[in-house]
Amino acid sequence: MPFNTPTSPHQLAPTSITRVMVMVMLALIPGIIAYVWFFGWGVVINICIALVTALSCEALILKLRQRPLTPSLSDGSAALTAILIALTLPPLSPWWLTVIGVAFAIIIAKQLYGGLGFNPFNPAMVGYVMLLISFPREMTSWIPPSALADNSLDFLETALFILFHTLPDGVTFDALTEATPLDSLKTHIALGNTVDEVRAQLGLDEEASRVLSVIPIFGAIGGKGWEWIGGGFLLGGLWLIYKKVISWHIPVAMLGSLLAMSSIFYLIDPEHYATPMFHLFSGAAMLGAFFIATDPVTAAASNRGKIIYGCGIGIFTYVIRTWGGYPDAVAFAVLLLNMCAPLIDHYFKSSVFGHKKG
Amino acid sequence: MNSGNTEAKLWDFHGGVHPEQNKLQSTMESSAPARMPEKLILPLHQHIGAAAEPIVEVGDQVLKGQKIASADGYVSASVHAPTSGKVIDISEHPIPHPSGLSALSIVIETDGHDEWIEYRAEQDYTETNPSHLRNIIREAGVVGLGGAGFPSFIKLNPGSQKKIKTLILNGVECEPYITCDDMLMREDPQSIIAGARIMRHALQAEECVIAIEDNKPQAYESICHAAKGIAGLRVARVPTRYPQGSEKQLVQVITGKEVPSNGLAVSIGVVCHNVSTAAAIYRAIHLGQPLISRMVTITGAAVKRPRNLEVLFGTPIEELLQQCEVESKQIERLVMGGPMMGFALHDSSLPVIKTTNCIIAVTRKELGLEQAVMPCIRCGACADVCPVKLLPQQLYWHSRAKEFDKAQEYDLFDCIECGCCSYVCPSNIPLVQFYRFAKGAIWTQEQEQKKSDQARERHEFRQTRIEREKQEREAKRAKKKAPRAKKAAAPKAPPVDGAKMAEKMRDEAMSQRDSAVEARKAEIQAAVARVKAKKERATVQAGDATSITPAAPSKGDADKKNDSSSASDNNEQVQ
Repeated sequence: MPFNTPTSPHQLAPTSITRVMVMVMLALIPGIIAYVWFFGWGVVINICIALVTALSCEALILKLRQRPLTPSLSDGSAALTAILIALTLPPLSPWWLTVIGVAFAIIIAKQLYGGLGFNPFNPAMVGYVMLLISFPREMTSWIPPSALADNSLDFLETALFILFHTLPDGVTFDALTEATPLDSLKTHIALGNTVDEVRAQLGLDEEASRVLSVIPIFGAIGGKGWEWIGGGFLLGGLWLIYKKVISWHIPVAMLGSLLAMSSIFYLIDPEHYATPMFHLFSGAAMLGAFFIATDPVTAAASNRGKIIYGCGIGIFTYVIRTWGGYPDAVAFAVLLLNMCAPLIDHYFKSSVFGHKKG
Repeated sequence: MNSGNTEAKLWDFHGGVHPEQNKLQSTMESSAPARMPEKLILPLHQHIGAAAEPIVEVGDQVLKGQKIASADGYVSASVHAPTSGKVIDISEHPIPHPSGLSALSIVIETDGHDEWIEYRAEQDYTETNPSHLRNIIREAGVVGLGGAGFPSFIKLNPGSQKKIKTLILNGVECEPYITCDDMLMREDPQSIIAGARIMRHALQAEECVIAIEDNKPQAYESICHAAKGIAGLRVARVPTRYPQGSEKQLVQVITGKEVPSNGLAVSIGVVCHNVSTAAAIYRAIHLGQPLISRMVTITGAAVKRPRNLEVLFGTPIEELLQQCEVESKQIERLVMGGPMMGFALHDSSLPVIKTTNCIIAVTRKELGLEQAVMPCIRCGACADVCPVKLLPQQLYWHSRAKEFDKAQEYDLFDCIECGCCSYVCPSNIPLVQFYRFAKGAIWTQEQEQKKSDQARERHEFRQTRIEREKQEREAKRAKKKAPRAKKAAAPKAPPVDGAKMAEKMRDEAMSQRDSAVEARKAEIQAAVARVKAKKERATVQAGDATSITPAAPSKGDADKKNDSSSASDNNEQVQ
């Protein structure tokens, strides 16, 4: 009786790209919940817009490239890119901002390079940076944590604003928005204030802030609300490490170097440099460390390489945050290190079995 | 002195995977002899090395255990009749080999009497010279039963200057599904231990370690019990992980030493044999019986009654499947060996040979749906599990792009094809297949390079020969002319000049001739060297020639050897 003769191995582990992507998305949930809690429904609406855009763009380009649609659309990579971009946008971003960013990420940064696995740069970060450079005003119009804002919008109001730019009567966009903690700190330090002064002004409790009519943006360790979101992403990230979806190397190296850099400068001059914890738990540090820098396609491959890669991102993040022109810098740092990844891989190879001595 | 089940320090090896074991199914029943088939098909090439030479003719009556084909050369193994009967055919038959090719085979029609030939057992092996022991083992056709079938006597020769510290008996059986060693260790530990003692004597090894994975507690207990009180013999229980049964990985786990990339375990004073081989050696020495049968696991979801059978070599696999109540229609794939490194057979009529340790009749359901191959996402899971610490991803890119020089820079030829990378790949990329392709392509390139080198050499040789002949002709002519010139010139021209000229010409001619002769000598020498090298290569390529092969291969050849035998050799290592 004749049989087919495929080659070994004849047994495969039950893994797939879809499974990996879905696990990463699941790990984002705690962070997203914190996000919604502090910044309202905007982020959920943004995610939905981003998902639709990403899948449509992916399908369009696959069609043009004459590639089968189902395997690529169902691998979850485009969806993950969409979610990550949505998480980096201000919650009240107009719909077109999300659409442009996601379309750019999927079409230019991913598909034009050959699709999944062939893109040298993290598509989500390319999309984000493109938006940040092209639409700086929209990209920096954050809202304060909703629990503290006077006028927080409900789901419908948020949706109406995002889609049609209409606000309820008596509410102005400027009244709603506020710079992020990283942004404010940078601005105030540039104005000559010390970190403590800024904290004293903007870190007051609710009572005091209402009296002084400033919106407090500093929490216990990081930015108000931001520290919880960071905590959520940290939790999800640890779960991913536990599940062996990602390795510990990049997150530990990135957060470790960010911690080291911020500690050094904080110890040298606590008046002009924010605390290490503030750096770790504000902005995109946690999201970046566990969900963005760990994108395997664009990261270094070997374990030693991953440590170098993660350290690079941490250092650049601190440098750009502190002395650069932008308040947050994870995206720039990731893209810079994406460029270095092939070089890092070239120089940091593990020693092959039996090659130790000559 | 260690004895019995002493827990000693174990080391770790990089990577590895934990595939689903599927070993329980075939160990529910104790082993049994396979039914005697009507015909046995005995390929003359069941081992690594040169095929054996038939020494019987069609029509001959043979007895059980009678040698029917003799080892041809050093790296080769004899073949014996597994039962009594009549030789009815000596011709090409399909053999179980990844190539799917045919090879010369002796077909015996069994007579059912199962009548043994007269044989003689060694009374006391300790009194016997190790070299004589090796000869008996060689005569008995014993090869490594783990999977590759490398002639065992060669691996029992420590060489003149090497001191063997550790003899490792490999009872790891890390591949899923396979349980033949497990059953043998449970049911016949005495033979294994007796074999271990013979091997230790032959190698003059300081200690012997029997390594068993902790998923075989019964085998472990049974071996410990049999090994109790024997000095210098130790049983090591190693944590289950694939590919721990690979020779180099096992050596690392037991001794903590890395076998050098181009070297063999023997170079660091370690020799590794399979437990079944030990039992076969015991039978060859103590009972005088050659290797004519082995334990084979018949398993897989299509098999209703999975179990281990003691099978005579040459038995068609379909007979075994029938005995184990297979549902033929359900078979999607028929695998010989384990699911990680075994190869799919193209037909169930193929015979069991010395290296057949397991037959898996896989169903479609068992395999699961064939997943689409997706692009590499560089997740690095492959590098994490690679037991050789290669970068499978880079190897994949370069193999795929046919950048073979770069693939070699990433140590392509250190790959043992264990399949861990393919196993874990979330994109389901058949990585090992790419590496096999690259290795094959590189060998072909090298061969072509060699051919063109030879052609160039031949051409250059021809050119020099033509040139030389021309010069010789001219020299002759000059020589003929010279005396004439001398005679003619003598009265007229000053004699000195003519003589001088003639002398000069003669000298020139002589020196040209000398150089021609010398060139010729050099050519002859070169040709002899080439032939010699070729012969060496043939021996080396034929099998897993070791540093103990008589014609010590040059370094390049040793590399080559490692490579050429890797595919099948690894099979044994990772059984």
